[in-house]
Amino acid sequence: MSVDRTRLPVPGPQPPFRFPAIARRASANGVDLRAVRHEGVSLTTAALVLRGGFAADPAARVGITSFTADLLDEGVDGLDALGVADAVARLGGDLDIDVGPDAILLQLTTLERHFREGLDLLLALVTRPRLAEADVERLRQLRLDRLRQLKDHAPALAERAFARAIYQDHPYGHLPLGVEAAIKATTAADIRAHHAALATPGRATLVVSGGQAVEALLDQAAAAVSAWTPPPNDTQLPDGQAPPPAAPLARLVVVPRDGAAQTEIRIGHVAAARATPDYHALVLLNMVLGGQFVSRINLNLREQKGYTYGVRTGFDFRRGRGPFVLQTSVQTEVTVPAVREAIREIVEIRGARPVTGDELALARASLTLGYPRGFETLQQVARAAAQLALHDLADDYFEQFVPRVEAVTAEDVARVAEAHLDPDRLAVVLVGDVSKMEAALPELGLGEPQVVAP
Amino acid sequence: MEIPYTKHTLANGLDVIVHEDHRLPMVAVNVWYHVGSKNERPGRTGFAHLFEHLMFEGSAHHNHGFFAPLQEAGALLNGSTNADRTNYWEVVPTGALDLALWMESDRMGYLLPAVTEARFETQRDVVLNERRQNYENRPYGLAGMAIAAALYPPDHPYHWLTIGAPDDLRAATLDEVHAFFRAYYHPANASLSLAGDIDAARGVELAEHYFGEIPAGPAVNQPAPDLPPLAESRLVLEDRVELPRLYLVWRSPAMFEPEDAELDLAADLIGHGKSSRLYKTLVYEQRIATDVSAFQSSREIGGAFQVTATAAPGVSLAALESVITRTLADVADGGPTAAELARAAAQTESQFLYRLQTIGGFGGKSDQLNAYNVFRDDPGWFGHDRQRYEAATPAGIQAAVGRWVVGQPRVALSVVPRASRALALEGSTEVRVS
Repeated sequence: MSVDRTRLPVPGPQPPFRFPAIARRASANGVDLRAVRHEGVSLTTAALVLRGGFAADPAARVGITSFTADLLDEGVDGLDALGVADAVARLGGDLDIDVGPDAILLQLTTLERHFREGLDLLLALVTRPRLAEADVERLRQLRLDRLRQLKDHAPALAERAFARAIYQDHPYGHLPLGVEAAIKATTAADIRAHHAALATPGRATLVVSGGQAVEALLDQAAAAVSAWTPPPNDTQLPDGQAPPPAAPLARLVVVPRDGAAQTEIRIGHVAAARATPDYHALVLLNMVLGGQFVSRINLNLREQKGYTYGVRTGFDFRRGRGPFVLQTSVQTEVTVPAVREAIREIVEIRGARPVTGDELALARASLTLGYPRGFETLQQVARAAAQLALHDLADDYFEQFVPRVEAVTAEDVARVAEAHLDPDRLAVVLVGDVSKMEAALPELGLGEPQVVAP
Repeated sequence: MEIPYTKHTLANGLDVIVHEDHRLPMVAVNVWYHVGSKNERPGRTGFAHLFEHLMFEGSAHHNHGFFAPLQEAGALLNGSTNADRTNYWEVVPTGALDLALWMESDRMGYLLPAVTEARFETQRDVVLNERRQNYENRPYGLAGMAIAAALYPPDHPYHWLTIGAPDDLRAATLDEVHAFFRAYYHPANASLSLAGDIDAARGVELAEHYFGEIPAGPAVNQPAPDLPPLAESRLVLEDRVELPRLYLVWRSPAMFEPEDAELDLAADLIGHGKSSRLYKTLVYEQRIATDVSAFQSSREIGGAFQVTATAAPGVSLAALESVITRTLADVADGGPTAAELARAAAQTESQFLYRLQTIGGFGGKSDQLNAYNVFRDDPGWFGHDRQRYEAATPAGIQAAVGRWVVGQPRVALSVVPRASRALALEGSTEVRVS
């Protein structure tokens, strides 16, 4: 039978999928333990969430959380940094330490037969790091070097200027790396104190995942954390819950980069927290606006005009109010037209061209039908469970996701676009060759540009 | 540890490989065309990659973008091009497998009516912007071009990068693009792999149904250029960077050839992670570098062994060079220690296990089956691949570094901040790339 090429095949029904179940246990010292069984290959993973990310940096020591996190695998017990790396490698391990706005996430994946050794090593890194003076000095220099290298990196310059423009002195107003003065001023004693405040059992969730039964996984997790002693008093650290500024520092920020081949662009404002009841409607809105290849903004700027290799928007949902941001990099000559088109799309999705039924159907189907894909690997499953813990979401959240997305109506999307996107508060950050674009900048109508040195 | 599969070749020459894994209600569809920038010619570089873009813009019977219908079906999709091959993939919910196969077969059999001048020009602009973003506007982003150009003579197809030269992309005509498609994008030069929630017999049947009607296409001659011995070179490239970086590159065995795995292990030993020898010396102890890496990059008709290190402020690249040279000589003289070997064995085991975790996407099981099928004519080569690493001995690693690296001609590229030529290795000549 020949192929009917007059129409696309209509997808058939989808077999059911069972999302992973999360088992919990409370440890006596306050560590929140969770386990998810995931069979497949003989690997295991442990993801440890410590509540307190770069937002926990005190104002005079911005960067200290990431500085501390960098030091966690630089020495413990009898091992120096090289010894730690060697120990991880011998477990067939892969250690990842990620500093986000609200938490540090450490994830160690190992060969299954080394699961318990991996857990013990992970806990040792978090609870007993050496934080030695010499290691602090060595890493301080590396961090200063990295900061210096970021001056050449247009995306990093754009992100830093954008965070500063929309959050100013708010705990979300800097990058994890911090700034030069603070990196220089941070002492080993500061870091030890910060570590003592941050690395406490009460701030920790440990998610373990592998092919064993959840009770066996939890038993080993419980044993690994049992020696972790809570401090006599909890120390309050800054977090993202503080109210962010009502308006950006400037609507237009320019970071000069003479002779640059492209302009790196960020456009956005402070938006919603993860806890917003509008979460699912915002995710759908974003899919249509700029969150996927077939989004309005990507089809316009890339597929119709060829201005860029790609453009995307996103709501960065955090514990506090995170940013809505559009990011792209465009040919210098079209900087102003690209910004105008991007802003026009943001304006029109709130009014003149609301999300259509077809667009909503595509976005909804894409999110719901593709959802099981996010539960394929051990690491994905453990991270997904860790995200639930970080955002205080229910254990049946995965089961609830699809029905919640399906319940969102076109009216809901129109309402959240109106409520959470605000064209009058958009800040525009441009990193590029000022001489080639300054003549056209007034056309944006965003006022005098604030010029920020790289 | 292996990836079980069924292989069947259609009458038109299309290889069909099916691997069953029913853990997710998803199927990975993966198509390889044995064409990359290696099949281009000087003056017309960048074609294969430009094609990858055009393949998402529409085909004769679905003359619109490929993303919308597939995303609406819950699929994830992408493609990529390198010197040796182009791959396209979708990971689709089980119920949407027919849709993905319909679309892949339509762009294999019926692409050209949809490749119009307008689409061609827009995607050429997109590609030029991709080049600006990932090469021209990125620190050290032009180093790869300078190295490729120095490592291979101008008529060798590894002389240029897959992204192509802007002048070539601008000079390309629609007719040339059509001719390139007809030469390389057909069943006999392709391999289709399905992995996931699919019965093997059903997979072959569906492949036959959708792809069986497409004519085989002309035979493809893969390039086998002569390669004169490498002339040692020292080059300097000024770039918008704060810290100078040194690249030392040697020619090395092609993919899967003898000593490819040994050099891969040697690269890990000296330059992968904090437990490596160069990290220890350069970054940890002497603190004269901010980072260091090493890798054996092996391709179909040649490999490159590369060591890269960025100098700490105020340190000359000559200081880095002497440590790297000494470290390599040590490996050639003494080989790895027992502890280093034990570590490498554990890493090899886990790296191969990681590769069994995903059915689709770049590096997923469907992609690996196609890689082994195209380059080894054996989709089941996963186990052999792992054996190459398990069979590597200290003496073998020592010998490989001795044969290919120590004392062998190399390309030494210094990338330095503007107006700072003095930071380069002594005697370097200026190289221009754009």
